[in-house]
Amino acid sequence: MTAADLESTGTKVRQPIMQARNLVKTFGKVVGLDGVSLDLYPGEVLAIIGDNGAGKSTLIKCLTGAEIPDSGELTVSGQSVHFKRPQDARAHGIETVYQNLAVSPALDVASNLFLGREERLPGPLGTIFRMLDTKGMRRKAKEELTRLGISTLQDVTVPVENLSGGQRQAVAVARAAAFGSKVVVLDEPTAALGVRESNQVLQLVRDLRDRGLPVILISHNMPHVFDVADRIHIQRLGKCAATITPESHTMTDAVAIMTGAATA
Amino acid sequence: MTQQQTAGPPATGSADLAEEFLDRQTPLSRVRNVLHRYPALSPAIVLLIAVVVFGLLNDRFLRVENLSLITQQVSVVGTLAIAQTLIILTAGIDLSVGAVMILASMVVAQISVGSGMPAPLALLIGLVVGLGAGALNGFLVTRFRLPPFIVTLGTLNIFIALTLLYSGGSTVRGSSMPDLLTWMGSTFPVGQVRISTGVVMMLLLYVAMAFILGKTAWGRHVYAVGDDKEAARLAGIPVNRVLMSVYLAAGAILAVGAWIQIGRTNAASPNGGVDLNLDSITAVVIGGTSLFGGRGSVWGSLLGALIVGVFRNGLSLAGLDVLYQTLAVGVLIIVAVSIDQWIRKVKS
Repeated sequence: MTAADLESTGTKVRQPIMQARNLVKTFGKVVGLDGVSLDLYPGEVLAIIGDNGAGKSTLIKCLTGAEIPDSGELTVSGQSVHFKRPQDARAHGIETVYQNLAVSPALDVASNLFLGREERLPGPLGTIFRMLDTKGMRRKAKEELTRLGISTLQDVTVPVENLSGGQRQAVAVARAAAFGSKVVVLDEPTAALGVRESNQVLQLVRDLRDRGLPVILISHNMPHVFDVADRIHIQRLGKCAATITPESHTMTDAVAIMTGAATA
Repeated sequence: MTQQQTAGPPATGSADLAEEFLDRQTPLSRVRNVLHRYPALSPAIVLLIAVVVFGLLNDRFLRVENLSLITQQVSVVGTLAIAQTLIILTAGIDLSVGAVMILASMVVAQISVGSGMPAPLALLIGLVVGLGAGALNGFLVTRFRLPPFIVTLGTLNIFIALTLLYSGGSTVRGSSMPDLLTWMGSTFPVGQVRISTGVVMMLLLYVAMAFILGKTAWGRHVYAVGDDKEAARLAGIPVNRVLMSVYLAAGAILAVGAWIQIGRTNAASPNGGVDLNLDSITAVVIGGTSLFGGRGSVWGSLLGALIVGVFRNGLSLAGLDVLYQTLAVGVLIIVAVSIDQWIRKVKS
């Protein structure tokens, strides 16, 4: 059990780290989200599943500032928030790994980890000449990768495009894990990966959870979801059809709820 | 960097990953990886070979006076190539660099000679002209989301027309200008060689830009924007602000280029410089910077400009017609782009 777990569970009632209430989002006449609520607790992997057009992506975008919900409430650590840009969510410790990865192929691993929040050298070199602390960032990048168990990716000066799909995904996840102090959101992290690479990424997800960092995972892949998720939020027609656990329901049940053939 | 320093590193999953890193490279792909990592390497090799070959063909080529002449000949194109590199790194292209430079040089010369404005003030106004042109290009690219090719094709014509309208088509001679305006054309001795101030200025700009691109966050953002705009945006980089600053910086560099041009030609003429638009792109491309953005270096562009200068000078010393120089430059461009395409295919 990690410090974060103790702090939040302890003797008190478990407080959700992130809470969404009645989120509504419409695109013209199309209703993307029709009053969706969601709780995310410390140290859990919450999977979001649903058919195409069920509102998974819209829900995630509203949680991470990529879309602004029409109405509804969003709180982070009990504090009401209104995200207008992805940067706003990031400032609250919510990091997202987008489906298209958002890594810069020609830049090296360390540069990608720190992309958009580069660290400058201390003293006049950093303040006047604005010099980057390249060595420091490379060292920290190595530390972060080691901590995530990606210790074999030690050469952080390799351009990301020289890496395999799984390794790139690992870089993207590492970036989110390094800066996401509260929540890490992964959008279809295994969609483009092979079996072994998928397992590596799923292991990363478990590692993040074991460190006390809650993870929201969007996936189409039922075995993956049932493998790592603690709870499963099922989206259907813009609403939350059910929230189940891998223990309470089978994959067949989940698919049935997803398609409307059954209710929870 | 992180918040959960207390948690220990998980030990699982490493064995699998280790296998991923087994070296599966052939010698050819290793060469490609090296070229990929150091984009200025291939033009450096080409320049070296060219210098050796032309030196063997004609013993006048390697004389210091001739080498000094080559550097002076490339000082203007070399400076424009810095601005061009910045823009090409963002996956853009600027067809108007030569026209902006000529416009700035005409404004500086006219207000200094015609209106009697003090030379430093005239140069400052030239800088404003360069920044204004950059701002126009940057505004059209970022706000209206027009392709840089189209924007600068349009502004190229606008700037050429403005230059002719403003100058009335007449040339301002260097002899009538204050010394400061032609200072970039003056030379000073270093040992036996005479170095021109313009060449020193160009080199200073290269050092400064190489530092900025390589060592600052802004430089890294320029590469990231050119590499994958959407990825850069999602990583929290203000893409439009970076693009705008790139066009402004390019405009400022072009204004310095105007100063060097006045010194180099000892005049400000509205009719020169049209070739310089494409010559600057040639230098950047031969220098190994990718037209697709995100890959390359300013040093490569300097080498590219020198390669073109060396080829032109060497071929003319070898007694070949000017047409053959142009032919050689054309071949160089195509070879350079082919190599870039090949290098870009690097995948593990």
